[in-house]
Amino acid sequence: MSQGRAGIRIALAGQPNVGKSTVFNMLTGLNQHVGNWPGKTVERREGHFEHHGEQVHIVDLPGAYCLTAASPEETVTRDFIIHEQPDVVMAVINAASLERNLYLVAELLALPTPVVLGLNMIDVAQQEGFEVEPRVLQAAIGIPVVPMIAAKGQGVHEFIDVALQVAREGAAEPHRPEIRADHRAVLEGLLTLVAPYVPSPYPADWVTLKLLEGDQEVTELMRDQLPPAVWERVNSVLLTHEDAIIAVASGRYDWIRRMTRAALKRPRAGRITRTQRIDAVATHPFLGLLVLAAVLAVIFGLTYSVGGPMQEWIQMHVVEGLAGWLGTALASGPDWLRGLLVDGVLGGVGTMLTFLPILAIFFASMALLEDVGYMARAAYVMDRFMHAIGLHGKSFMPLFLGFGCNVPAIMGARIIESRRARLITILLAPLVPCAARLAVLTVLAQVFFPDSAMLVTWLLTGLPLVVLAVLGVALNRLVIRGEQAAFIMEMPLYHLPNWRTIAILVWQRLLAFLHKAGTVILSVSVIVWALTVLPTGEIETSYMGIIGYWLEPLGRLMGLGWRPLVAILTSFVAKENAVATLGVLYNAGETASALAPALRAELSPAAGLAFLVTQMLFIPCVSTVAVIKQETGSWKWVFVNVGMLALLALLGGIVAFHVASWVL
Amino acid sequence: MSSNGKMTLAELHNGEQATVYALQGGHGFIGRMAALGFTPGSTVQMVRNSGSGPIIVQVLDTQIALGRGQAAHVQVRSEASRPEGAS
Repeated sequence: MSQGRAGIRIALAGQPNVGKSTVFNMLTGLNQHVGNWPGKTVERREGHFEHHGEQVHIVDLPGAYCLTAASPEETVTRDFIIHEQPDVVMAVINAASLERNLYLVAELLALPTPVVLGLNMIDVAQQEGFEVEPRVLQAAIGIPVVPMIAAKGQGVHEFIDVALQVAREGAAEPHRPEIRADHRAVLEGLLTLVAPYVPSPYPADWVTLKLLEGDQEVTELMRDQLPPAVWERVNSVLLTHEDAIIAVASGRYDWIRRMTRAALKRPRAGRITRTQRIDAVATHPFLGLLVLAAVLAVIFGLTYSVGGPMQEWIQMHVVEGLAGWLGTALASGPDWLRGLLVDGVLGGVGTMLTFLPILAIFFASMALLEDVGYMARAAYVMDRFMHAIGLHGKSFMPLFLGFGCNVPAIMGARIIESRRARLITILLAPLVPCAARLAVLTVLAQVFFPDSAMLVTWLLTGLPLVVLAVLGVALNRLVIRGEQAAFIMEMPLYHLPNWRTIAILVWQRLLAFLHKAGTVILSVSVIVWALTVLPTGEIETSYMGIIGYWLEPLGRLMGLGWRPLVAILTSFVAKENAVATLGVLYNAGETASALAPALRAELSPAAGLAFLVTQMLFIPCVSTVAVIKQETGSWKWVFVNVGMLALLALLGGIVAFHVASWVL
Repeated sequence: MSSNGKMTLAELHNGEQATVYALQGGHGFIGRMAALGFTPGSTVQMVRNSGSGPIIVQVLDTQIALGRGQAAHVQVRSEASRPEGAS
């Protein structure tokens, strides 16, 4: 760790929807670093700050409901506390669902690190009719409890004061939960058996408890550690007490009931809360869909009315301005240098820059909907439809954003907790036709089918979506094995958004895109540029042209010559390049009317259709590919995705050509 | 409806209350459900069950959405079964 052992090390823990990131952002501001946990696709956020002259390093552990190692979030949380031994754990709990939130606290108290509690959202809890007495709760559990409204900055300061005090001076023994009485003897017996063999730094009683819970990771750990004879005895105890997990969980809830008996007052029965009133509409099977449609309409309305003009402005004033400036500055320099900088480097940089407004709008919309609590409702109303193609309700929102741009669709898939469902969503996302692909389709449909352009456009927009559905079923059943993600999701209470949290999230996502995806985008656009000008300076005789000639035998299967093939290949840098390249190769402009004579002279309607089908199914642009790498953390899935789509595009083109030649 | 009120969570009507008496499934599923408040003896109330698709159920002051498949693995005993619209 860069901080070394200097200063105080704090872990911030909590269940999802407790306002934990608000606390983290408040403490660290922009002094934070976002990375990944080693070997995991879980975000690791850490930061540092100074408090009363003391250096504090804080790690924001991922939201987890418990510590059973059923999800990577849970594994990361407990591994961090056991192996990296922070000085104190700051646990944030939501006062409006106190009992359920204390379940994680019950698990945290089984580990040796001292815990302090931040009782957050007391305002939201009051609105819902709950009264919680922090001092009574503190007396019951025996650990510090600090009331907070983190969204308004209240109590956060006191929370960190208390945490630092505990980190320096240690804490008194809290009242820990115990296993249900009927299993106490079993637990004692097991502890005596395994205790001498538990490796450091694992606490022996925690390991014993996890063995009884049937925790896979701990079971494997102890199977390796125990002598075979002892393992035999342990295993037979575990087999006769397979249902002990219920006794452990019940023991925790007994403890929770005792801890909250005096501290918690519930709302009177029959009271209708704000959340219930909104949900009467938002989760209604029919009205809920209308609400969702309205939400999506607003997001896309913003994209077109604000994002579109901003993109044009950046293109005109920044990218083309820079290109003009570079052109003049290098007027006396060699042609290749000007080409490299203006067409190669600036081509890539320009693509990234013009993406930013749309990405910002989409990231902000996602973050806002998540923060106010609506995202879970959208997932709920769409689950039955997504379920039909083997996906999760939470896959809907990211996939739908793909109509604007595939990049936020793939980055947005982070809201899906199940790794498998997230991976399938990422692999399918490029089949949602993005705005650039649709623009190419609109122009070229008019070229090839002037009389039925509208119909062709609609059909070909639908085609990749049908492929997406079929592929979703196939990936689920055949390729990526594993249980279909269980749909178990908390519906958080609605609350007002925290703009600071949203702004920091958007900023970090944009930075991640520019930083991580940027290198790949830049290198690929320079390489593609080089392929189109080397060695002669003309695209017709360039390496790209030669690749086109090589691919002609494949192209002939769908009635296409080398020019359309090259156009499809150059669309890898950016989808809209397909039209521009055709314009160059056929010495025509980039409008439908300019391209039409030359294209129609070479390509039959059947070949034209094949071209459009291939274009709609072909591999995503380099920005999307770079983000797939960034989000899956492996080139393997990038190659799976690119290979799958290249093959689909080829097959689609061949089928379209032959069917159309036969029909038309 | 059977006389002793035993059924799965997926069969509860809107507004109906029940007590969980068993969970079926692997340790992973049971552990996750337990963390959300579904343990034998806990009280649940159906918030939204439209006969198909996922359901929403209230447990421990929180609303949880469950797939129909997951809900069918939770055995409940209906309490004062007074479904909406019943006389």
